[in-house]
Amino acid sequence: MGILEGKKILITGVLNTSSIAYAASEVAIAEGAEIVLSGFGRGLSITQRAARKLGESVKVIELDVTDESHLNSLVDQLQPWKHLDGVLHSIGYAPPSCIGGDIFQANFLDVATAIEVSTFSLKSLTQALLPLLKEAPTGASVVGLDFDAQVAWPGYNWMGVAKAGLESLTRYLARDCGPMNIRVNLISAGPIRTIAAKSVESFSSFQDDWGQKAPLGWNPTDATGVGRSIVALLSDYMPQTTGEIIHVDGGFHALGA
Amino acid sequence: MDREEAFSRFKDCTVKVLHVEPEKVVPEATFAEDLEIDSLDLVELVMALEDEFSISVPESDLEGVDTVGKAFDLVYGKL
Ligand SMILES: NC(=O)c1ccc[n+]([C@@H]2O[C@H](COP(=O)([O-])OP(=O)(O)OC[C@H]3O[C@@H](n4cnc5c(N)ncnc54)[C@H](O)[C@@H]3O)[C@@H](O)[C@H]2O)c1
Repeated sequence: MGILEGKKILITGVLNTSSIAYAASEVAIAEGAEIVLSGFGRGLSITQRAARKLGESVKVIELDVTDESHLNSLVDQLQPWKHLDGVLHSIGYAPPSCIGGDIFQANFLDVATAIEVSTFSLKSLTQALLPLLKEAPTGASVVGLDFDAQVAWPGYNWMGVAKAGLESLTRYLARDCGPMNIRVNLISAGPIRTIAAKSVESFSSFQDDWGQKAPLGWNPTDATGVGRSIVALLSDYMPQTTGEIIHVDGGFHALGA
Repeated sequence: MDREEAFSRFKDCTVKVLHVEPEKVVPEATFAEDLEIDSLDLVELVMALEDEFSISVPESDLEGVDTVGKAFDLVYGKL
């Protein structure tokens, strides 16, 4: 029996088969979960293709996390589910001015977009799902994806600031969701070659060296380890952990040089 | 499958997914300028080609693939 047997999980952020959320979906299904995917905007038809690769019966719903009407209808869209055991928030976006070059070039409107999509949406998504998460028989799990925001990275710029906000937000959400038996945690992942990562040109500069420094090594083309760790957090095997950031980066963060 | 047969299936798939004119799907055509498609269209095309040819193309293989010919060679190399 798998560790997600019978669990109902919403997985956002599957764009294509390289998405971190896709790797998580594969593991979740193998561990017995029933999953629903959400897709966004023009990427929706691509998400539908990815869903078919995961299995005939995987449902896809439309969700733009910045759209109030999508958030308001989320619980309805998940029918007939009467509860939700977990949700993966695997969403990030920053306008081009926020990424690459120096930190000065972005204006506030662009920064606001980056934060709305990449940070605030963890709150909106969790809030929209509260009626279902509260009903999870053994407590529910909210998992988000982080890129270590304790230091400055080449080119990551305002996305890095958004991730720092996400780290903090996770602690506040953990505080306010704990009494409802809902855990909120982040996985701080090493670099993976996805569509989102492609837009951060400077990522390629440290993507390949990551494995040299990380004690366990690192393969940027394989998100399976990240997927498995996400599933561990979604399962009943981390029941006392909330407000936490778990590094799944081959151990890179632990070393100074 | 020989090259010619593979290219004809590749072309049919490209026309269907991207709604481009068949005459434009030639090896030298660039995706951005000649076919006027963007990176999301390209992602969708790659996924459709994966289904058509029962292959798998990771994101990392797509670096530098900017023409129809390069995309076809990538697919054909996996058959
Ligand atoms: N790739 C990496 O190296 C890496 C490392 C650490 C953390 N992360 C984080 O992992 C998460 C997933 O990214 P990925 O690398 O798998 O790339 P990806 O491009 O496959 O996924 C990004 C997703 O965000 C979604 N999205 C963007 N705007 C949205 C909106 N308004 N509403 C709903 N969905 C929206 C896209 O549809 C897409 O599915 C992001 O939070 C990213 O910051 C990525």
